[in-house]
Amino acid sequence: MTIHDARTRYWRANLRLVAVCLVIWFTVSFGFGILLVEPLNRIQIFGFDLGFWFAQQGSILCFVVLIFYYAWRMNHLDREHGVDED
Amino acid sequence: MELKTLTYLVVGASFLVYIGIAVWSRAATTGDFYVAGKHVHPIANGMATAADWMSAASFISMAGLIAFLGYDGSVYLMGWTGGYVLLALLLAPYLRKFGKFTVPEFIGERYESRLARIVAVICLIFISFTYVAGQMRGVGIVFSRFLEVPIGVGLVVGMGIVFIYAVLGGMKGVTYTQIAQYCVLIFAYTVPAVFIALQLTGMPIPQLAFGSIVEGESIYLLQKLNQVVTELGFPEYTSGNKSKLDVFCITAALMVGTAGLPHVIVRFFTVPKVRDARLSAGWALLFISLLYLTAPAVGSMARLNLTQMIQTGAVGEPAGNLAYAERPDWFRTWEATGLLEFDDLNGDGRIQYYNDQNAEFARQASGYGWNGNELNVDPDIIVLANPEIARLPQWVIALVAAGGIAAALSTAAGLLLVISASVSHDLLKGVFVPNISERRELLAGRVSAAVAIGIAGFLGYYPPAFVAQVVAFAFGLAAASLFPVILLGIFSSRINKQGAIAGMLTGLAFTYGYIEFFKGLFLPWAGAPWSENVAENWLFGISPEGIGAVGMCLNFVVAIVVSRMTPPPSAKVRELVEHIRYPREAI
Repeated sequence: MTIHDARTRYWRANLRLVAVCLVIWFTVSFGFGILLVEPLNRIQIFGFDLGFWFAQQGSILCFVVLIFYYAWRMNHLDREHGVDED
Repeated sequence: MELKTLTYLVVGASFLVYIGIAVWSRAATTGDFYVAGKHVHPIANGMATAADWMSAASFISMAGLIAFLGYDGSVYLMGWTGGYVLLALLLAPYLRKFGKFTVPEFIGERYESRLARIVAVICLIFISFTYVAGQMRGVGIVFSRFLEVPIGVGLVVGMGIVFIYAVLGGMKGVTYTQIAQYCVLIFAYTVPAVFIALQLTGMPIPQLAFGSIVEGESIYLLQKLNQVVTELGFPEYTSGNKSKLDVFCITAALMVGTAGLPHVIVRFFTVPKVRDARLSAGWALLFISLLYLTAPAVGSMARLNLTQMIQTGAVGEPAGNLAYAERPDWFRTWEATGLLEFDDLNGDGRIQYYNDQNAEFARQASGYGWNGNELNVDPDIIVLANPEIARLPQWVIALVAAGGIAAALSTAAGLLLVISASVSHDLLKGVFVPNISERRELLAGRVSAAVAIGIAGFLGYYPPAFVAQVVAFAFGLAAASLFPVILLGIFSSRINKQGAIAGMLTGLAFTYGYIEFFKGLFLPWAGAPWSENVAENWLFGISPEGIGAVGMCLNFVVAIVVSRMTPPPSAKVRELVEHIRYPREAI
C-alpha cells in the first residue's frame, strides 16, 4: 500500500465522519429546534416543551458533545492512518 | 458604600488586571503580534476564544432580546453556537495546518491572487468595523449608566485600555487578557442569574431553574410565563411569531457567519498543533455554553419579574397596575438614560404594559379604561437592570458593570487585531511593500491597531444602530463573503481565483445591497432605507437579518460555476490543498 492510498483512505474516513456529525448537527438544531418544533412541543419533559427546549438549550448541549466526539475520533484516525503529528 | 464608588472600584480593579497582563506579555516578534507565537494551550485558547467571541451583544443584549422574543430568540442561541461545529469540522484544523497569520493570506495563496487577497481584506475590514461599532456602543451604555460619565469620556477610557494591551501585547497580550476577561464576564453573568433563580424557583442552578416549578406555586416557570404574558395580549412565550423560513435563514446566517468571522478563525492559528485546533474549538464552545445555557433562563425570568412588577394584581382591576409615583429607584435611573420610557396615555397615574398591537386584546383593554401601551423597554437594559429589578446587593450590580465592559473590550480587542494584521501583513507586506523588515512590519501593525481604535471610538460615539442589530449584519456579511471561499478552498482543488473573486463579490454585494435596501446605510446621516422593512416587502419573506444565508448560497453557486468555465488552478495549488488535509507532512 502506498502512502498515497493510505492518505486517500484517511481523507475518505474523515469525510464520512464529518458527514455523520453534520447530519446530527442539522437534526438537533434545524430539525428539532425549527422544522419539527410544533410536534415535539406536544411532548413535555420537566417544565419544558421538548421542541422549545431543543431550540434554546438542547441543541447547544449536542453541539458541545459533537465537537469533542469529532476531536477524539479524528485523533484516533490520525494515529490509525499514520498522519498524526508526533 | 455608594453604588457608584463601588462600581468604580470593581471596574478599576479589572482594568488594573488587564494592564498588568499587557505589561507582562509584550509582543517581541510579528509571530507574537499576529498569532501569540503559536504557543497557546488548547484550553487557554478555548477560554480566550470564548471571551473574543462573546461580545457586548451576547452579554448585554441577548438575554433581553430573548426575553421579548421568546421562542423566536432561539435564532441567537442556536445561531451563535452552531457555527463552532462548522468551525471545528470544516475550517479550524485545516487553516491551522496551513500555518500562516491571517485569513486573507490563506485566500491569497490558495487562489494565487493578490486581487482575491485584497477583496478578502475589504470584506474583513467591512465586517470587523461593523462589529466593533456595536462593542463600542456597549462600552458607552455601561459607562454612562453605572459610572455616570458622558458616553464620550467612557469611550476614551475604554479605547485607552484596549490601546495599551492590544498595541503593546498584540495577539499575545490580547490572548492572556481575554482569559482574565472571560473569568470576569462569566462570573458577572452567573452570579445574578443564581440569585434570581433562587428567588423565583428555589433552584440555584439557573440553567435548570429554567425548567423548574415556581416557588410557592405548583406551576412550571415557562407555563407561568406563558399565562402571565398571554393575559396581557402578548403571544405565548414558548411559541414563535416569525415565519419558519425566516427563523431557518437567520439561524443559518448566524451559524455560517460565526464560522466565517476572521477574528474567531484567527484564534485557531495560535495553538501549537492541528489536533489542538480541533480540541480547542470544543473547549471554546464549552466555555461559551456556560453563558448561552444561562441566557434563556435569564431572559424568561427577567420577563416574568418585569411583567409582574408592573402588573401587580389582576388584569383589568384599576389597582392591579403599578402606580407611577411608587416606581422603584432603578426605574428612575434607567428613565434618565432614555432606554426606559413611560407615557401616561390614559392619565390614571398607573403603568399599563400590554400588547396594544393585538387588536382583540386592545378592544378588551379599552374596556378597562386603558388607552394604549404606556411603557417602552429597550431590550439592551434587561441584563444590566436585572440585579436591580431582583433587589440584589450592590456589589452584584458593580460586578455586572465590570462584566459588560469585559465582554465588550475583549471582543473589540480581537477585532482591532485582525484589522491591524490585515493592514500590516496583507496589504503592506503582502501587496504594497513585500520586502518590509520584520521590525517595521511590527511597527506598522501597532500603528494600524492604534488608528483602528480611533475609528472604532468614533463609530461608538455616533452609533449606527442597536448593538445586536448591527452585530447581526456583520454575520450576514461574513456568511455571504468569506465562509464559502475558505470552505471551497479547503475541500475542492478545482475552485480557482476567478470563481473565488466572483463568488465573494456576488455574496457581499447581494447581502449588503439587501440590508441597505431595507435598513438604509449603516451611518444614520448617510442615507435612508429604500423600502419599508416589513415582511410583505421581503424576498420570500426573509428578513435582512437572515439574508446572509441566501447570499452564501449565491456565493457558492457563482464560485463553482465560474470556476468550471475557467481553467483549473496550478499544480502548486493542488499541492497546497493536499498539504493542509493531513496533519503530518508526507515523507
